[in-house]
Amino acid sequence: MTVSRRGLLAATASAPALMRVQEALAQGIAPRRGGTLTSILTPEPPVLQIGVNNQGPTLVAAGKIFQGLLTFSPTLEPVPVLAKSWTISPDGKEYVFRLQEGVKFHDGQPMTAEDVIFSITRFHFEVSPRARAIFALIDKAEAPDPLTVRITLKQPFQPFLLMFDNSACAIVPKHLFDGQDFRTAPAVQRAIGTGPFRLAEWQRGNFIRLERFADYWKPGQPYLDAIIYRIVPDSQSRRLALETGQVLLTQGSDVEPFDVPALRSRPNLDVSVKGWEYFSPVAWIELNHRVKPLDDVRVRQAISMAVDRNFITQRLWFGVGKPATNPIASTTRFHDASAKIAGYDVRAAAALLDAAGLRPNAQGVRFTLKHLTLPYGEVWSRLAEYLKQSLRQVGIALELESTDAGSWARRVGAWEYETTINFVYQFGDPTLGVERTYVSTNIQKVTFTNTGGYANPKVDELFAAARNAADPKDRQAAFSAVQKILCEEVPQIWLMEMAFPTITDKKVRNAVTTGLGVHASFDDVFLTA
Amino acid sequence: MEASKLPGFLLRRGVKAVIVVLAIVVCNFLLVHAAPGDPASVIAGQSGAADAVFLEQLRRQFGLDQPLYVQLWIYLKSVLSLDLGFSHRQQAPVAQLVLERLPATLLLTGAAFAFALAAGVTLGALAAQRVGRWADSVITVIALTFYATPLFWVGLMLVLVFSVWLEWLPSFGMSSVGVEMHGLEVVWDVAQHLLLPALTLGLFYLAVYARLTRATMLEVADQDFVKTARAKGVPEGRILRAHVLRNALLPVITFAGIQAGQLLGGSILVETVFAWPGIGRLAFEALLARDYPVLLGVFFCTSVMVVLFNLLTDLLYAVIDPRVEVAG
Repeated sequence: MTVSRRGLLAATASAPALMRVQEALAQGIAPRRGGTLTSILTPEPPVLQIGVNNQGPTLVAAGKIFQGLLTFSPTLEPVPVLAKSWTISPDGKEYVFRLQEGVKFHDGQPMTAEDVIFSITRFHFEVSPRARAIFALIDKAEAPDPLTVRITLKQPFQPFLLMFDNSACAIVPKHLFDGQDFRTAPAVQRAIGTGPFRLAEWQRGNFIRLERFADYWKPGQPYLDAIIYRIVPDSQSRRLALETGQVLLTQGSDVEPFDVPALRSRPNLDVSVKGWEYFSPVAWIELNHRVKPLDDVRVRQAISMAVDRNFITQRLWFGVGKPATNPIASTTRFHDASAKIAGYDVRAAAALLDAAGLRPNAQGVRFTLKHLTLPYGEVWSRLAEYLKQSLRQVGIALELESTDAGSWARRVGAWEYETTINFVYQFGDPTLGVERTYVSTNIQKVTFTNTGGYANPKVDELFAAARNAADPKDRQAAFSAVQKILCEEVPQIWLMEMAFPTITDKKVRNAVTTGLGVHASFDDVFLTA
Repeated sequence: MEASKLPGFLLRRGVKAVIVVLAIVVCNFLLVHAAPGDPASVIAGQSGAADAVFLEQLRRQFGLDQPLYVQLWIYLKSVLSLDLGFSHRQQAPVAQLVLERLPATLLLTGAAFAFALAAGVTLGALAAQRVGRWADSVITVIALTFYATPLFWVGLMLVLVFSVWLEWLPSFGMSSVGVEMHGLEVVWDVAQHLLLPALTLGLFYLAVYARLTRATMLEVADQDFVKTARAKGVPEGRILRAHVLRNALLPVITFAGIQAGQLLGGSILVETVFAWPGIGRLAFEALLARDYPVLLGVFFCTSVMVVLFNLLTDLLYAVIDPRVEVAG
């Protein structure tokens, strides 16, 4: 099947889409209409309303149902979605978005500037902690006409655009939520968005079926007729489903890293680790600074030098991810490659512990620490065992404690741990995703705040300067300085810039094209014959 | 059994059953709430971002801001009016969530149960009849193997052989999705999906029944009334069926009664390996998410099942063995 003229014209509306079509044509493959994409979702989302639930699997499936104003390329450049174009005033305080024409919600109602303003200033502001922190900076939001949104900030906030991706600010229908409790409104079950696919059927514990939305605003798209997400709870069963062709796409943690090498060698499968640039989580050993001797910088440096990050990425994660060099992922803005933590050096680590006055006893043990194993799958248990081995080399005895996800979240949130593993999404900018772990103003009894309790006034000051500066150059200077300090003080032991394998059958095209990978709307995904 | 005793028996047992179930409900409630963590902290953990307002909003919505005894009282009241509550996490009534998943589990465990009981008793009887010979040894070894092998491993091996190598059967799910089917096609499709999980679950119990049947039959076969029957010239096949097997069945029924009570909850592993959309997984996921109402709802259904099947087993004893009388 060839591309229709209408389809091509529509594709020219956005440059990346055009580029992709041209790329495909150059390879001799034209997008083909039709077919059903089968995939896997684990764990099963409780609801599919972005905002009310923001778990990874929810964002993947609901990413086909809802859309944001923008999305982001792998290098984090903004790409138009529901916003056709936008301008930012020179003082960095006024943002004007021009909206796409002819956008409809799945219930047939048109999407207007009113829906956009409602989504930003009321819906996400109320339900989503991530949005609340940033959208509190909005002074006023107005709609001069039904297709224009003007937002004025109280102060310049340079990473503001990054908040308009679907995962942060999905546009929801005002007419279905206004005047109701947003979390319990009937619309939460229906999941009505503007995306290329609408929720057709959900048999809990079994599958979620999304169907092509006939009135989608990009003519001729989406190419797929349907997407079916099967709920498959066992990781070996998921791998088999992929190998036997019963599903064509897996993502995130569907497949354990140690199964990836075998799947790479299958001729019918493609493995990509791209498409996580916007999230770019960095995994670290989380230290509770209230536990002695973790408050001693020499001890933290020693722990950091006692772990071999190459071993972790190559032997535990099989190349999915890369060794961390500092708290900011290399794919996140303002990463400074010149700021680096000290390398793997067992002898230097032991010397530091000696200097800290922590002498080994007769068994060679200097001190004992408890380690709460991250309960997110087999690979994390292996990591805990590796850490136990490698820290024992320098005389630190690690006692592993196992737990389940609920207890883990509660104990970390209540500071009831000595060491554990943690990672958070960085959302493209250190102010959005890195600052929260290190500034003393964010020491709270809540998960994913500065639960470790690290405090350094200079670090607080630099993060604040980077947050408030309007000029990216000033921000870079502050972030570079803070990265150097953090690399010296190693408040947390960064291990790995994480990535997740997206594994597709070779029939599937365009599964990963943006910095958000499988979270994209899939309006350009197609199956070859 | 005298028919006149039956209504009184049922009434007494019914009252006892209600008391037992209520006690179980209270215990379950306290146990579930004793687990560290609550649904709000789980959701915060899964969302990757949280603040104090968010946690407070969720706890208020879930009713967790009330003291525990108030929550228990509210729950007991609703259970007594046969309302299992509401899952705030999934935004749906618990009864609906449980009923959606119940048929899948009943189909799976029912099929496995029927297969295990029929095949197990047959194999056990055959082994007992040919005790000491090669057929007995083969059956005993097979039974022991399945008894000792972990369920999930058997499941994965069956998938490897029948789905990956032979490509005869689907490896997961309960039906094909996204394909138009009608009438018998649907039945055939579900049957194909059912075969492997039912076999996996059934093989373990098959082993139990085979061993139990064999052991008790051998025991009964030595007793005087069997010798008497043989002495007065009753044919060997009839001795086996009417005298030995019938008397040997009582322990089997006891065990089957216990197993039937566990039908709802005992299949979590198989449901997980085969992605079978049943109630066992619903409970397991509710546990991980600390979705208290759903978890309690599943516990409630399973405890009612156990009580019911105990009652049924007691009645069945009297049918199989007229010497047993029902008594409350």
